[in-house]
Amino acid sequence: MSGDLTGLRAPGLPTGDGGGDVLVELDGVTKRFERGGTTVTAVDEVSLRVARGEVLAVIGYSGAGKSTLVRLINALELPTSGSVRVAGQDLTRLGEKELRAARAGIGMIFQQFNLLSSRTVAGNVAYPLKVAGVGREERDRRTAELLDFVGLLDRAHAHPEQLSGGQKQRVGIARALATNPPLLLADEATSALDPETTEEVLTLLRRVNTELGVTIVLITHEMEAVRRVADRVAVMERGRVVEVGDVYDVFTAPTTVPAQRFVRSATHDRPSPEALARLREHHPGHLVTVRITDRPRLQQLVDGAFRDAGVTAELVYGGVGEVRERRAGSLTYELTGGQPDPAAAVQRALAGLRAHGVVVEEEEG
Amino acid sequence: MDFFAGFLDTTDVYVRAIGQTLLIVSVAMVISGVVGLALGVALYATRPGNLYSNRVVFGAIGLLVNIIRPIPFVIFIAAIGPLQQLVVGSTIGTNAVAFAIALAAAFAVARIVEQSLVGVDPGVVEAARAMGASRAAILFGVVVREGLGPLVLGYTFTFVGIVDMSAQAGLVGGGGLGDYAITYGSQTYNWGIVYAALVAIVAIVIVGQFLGNRLARAVMRR
Repeated sequence: MSGDLTGLRAPGLPTGDGGGDVLVELDGVTKRFERGGTTVTAVDEVSLRVARGEVLAVIGYSGAGKSTLVRLINALELPTSGSVRVAGQDLTRLGEKELRAARAGIGMIFQQFNLLSSRTVAGNVAYPLKVAGVGREERDRRTAELLDFVGLLDRAHAHPEQLSGGQKQRVGIARALATNPPLLLADEATSALDPETTEEVLTLLRRVNTELGVTIVLITHEMEAVRRVADRVAVMERGRVVEVGDVYDVFTAPTTVPAQRFVRSATHDRPSPEALARLREHHPGHLVTVRITDRPRLQQLVDGAFRDAGVTAELVYGGVGEVRERRAGSLTYELTGGQPDPAAAVQRALAGLRAHGVVVEEEEG
Repeated sequence: MDFFAGFLDTTDVYVRAIGQTLLIVSVAMVISGVVGLALGVALYATRPGNLYSNRVVFGAIGLLVNIIRPIPFVIFIAAIGPLQQLVVGSTIGTNAVAFAIALAAAFAVARIVEQSLVGVDPGVVEAARAMGASRAAILFGVVVREGLGPLVLGYTFTFVGIVDMSAQAGLVGGGGLGDYAITYGSQTYNWGIVYAALVAIVAIVIVGQFLGNRLARAVMRR
């Protein structure tokens, strides 16, 4: 049935085939708003590429500009400067009519679902098809197919207020996919949901990506959502994209302060300054943190480096889990011994690890 | 039985008065509904930041509504004499009264429509924009449709006001239950007639309110 799902393209919509491997291309995009006499720069000189078929997460605290960024991608907002290309088409150069066609070719889901309360579940899914001028018979067929995909075929005639939050978002997803867009924008799609429902919606989004081949841009402030579905992540702070990378790389080696903060909030395996102060009370030795990746025999390497340096290692903090189905985490050790010069012994241990490409940091303070 | 003797002698006038009131109210409801809906939708659409954002049009309609709405109806009906003459061809009679009421009510309906539409979740409008819907399609297919429940309730609320205004029709020879109650009733101390008119008016209001509530429930499907 997923084969059928990619079969339809509403007449009059852009094919979305342009642009080659790059589906979305932002170049030096800035968006400013005038608010009560002052100018707010919501998006500041952002350049970003989204590859066809990937899931890109954009993470940042509220007010970081990510909601504006996603609205620039489907031209709900037009940039003050810079260019936005989707499927090779520069949205900043389009007239109102072409803009509408371009928007119709991009699906979007919202934090508050934004379902039409005056229409049934089926009516909501059919609405974008109606807007695109798809005939009734085809609309009905497509609607049933989509509701089946999101597992809500039996609720087709229910009204949105009769659904749970998770069901509403599934309707939102079905509706966003109605015109068979190559791109789906998710604006805090799971932020209004409880953890269990979040899980369910994230799983569905992953299916949308893998089974239907839809490219997804996921706006979120939850690192857990990034860890579960994204291939790459862009970290935003004060309107700028400060770090972009493979989700696994950012999780295991965040380079900027905001990225490190997000990773710590999601993984809980790096001691916070408070936890570090408590650790020091009981562990007077030297504290070092080793980053755990999926490299084979890492533990052997770490043990060997400590042994060769003549230090004794005590595991005092940390955790190891999975990011995108690969091992990831961090472990903090207290190093003691290494007489007659303990400090030199610690440095020998660190040098030994780094010589093998293991990322290790001394905990300061 | 003396109390209702006057009433029993004038049942033909009573029935005709009910007919006139119903006519005035229906005509006024339809016309004020259409005109008020147009004005209200225009107010919503041209509001700064909305679909057809236009400060000048929004300000002009808003000003017009604000000026006309607070004018007491008895003064209003006297003031629009020339307009009645122009449109209806007379300043007295049932048609002239229906026209005056329709006009006065239209401005009240305009505000009610505007308020109902402003209450529609802007997120839904954004979702429709994201689907590539045209502004007209969003305005009528989404905003008006989503706001229909409160809109019908508000419209029902104006119904009571229109019935109230229709009772003043007698002042300009418009007929109706108000005219009947005063001319045949209170002016000749025939209280039975006044109460008979009262019963009919209350019945009309109750039935109208009931139908409006039913309709609102139906469109809100709750």
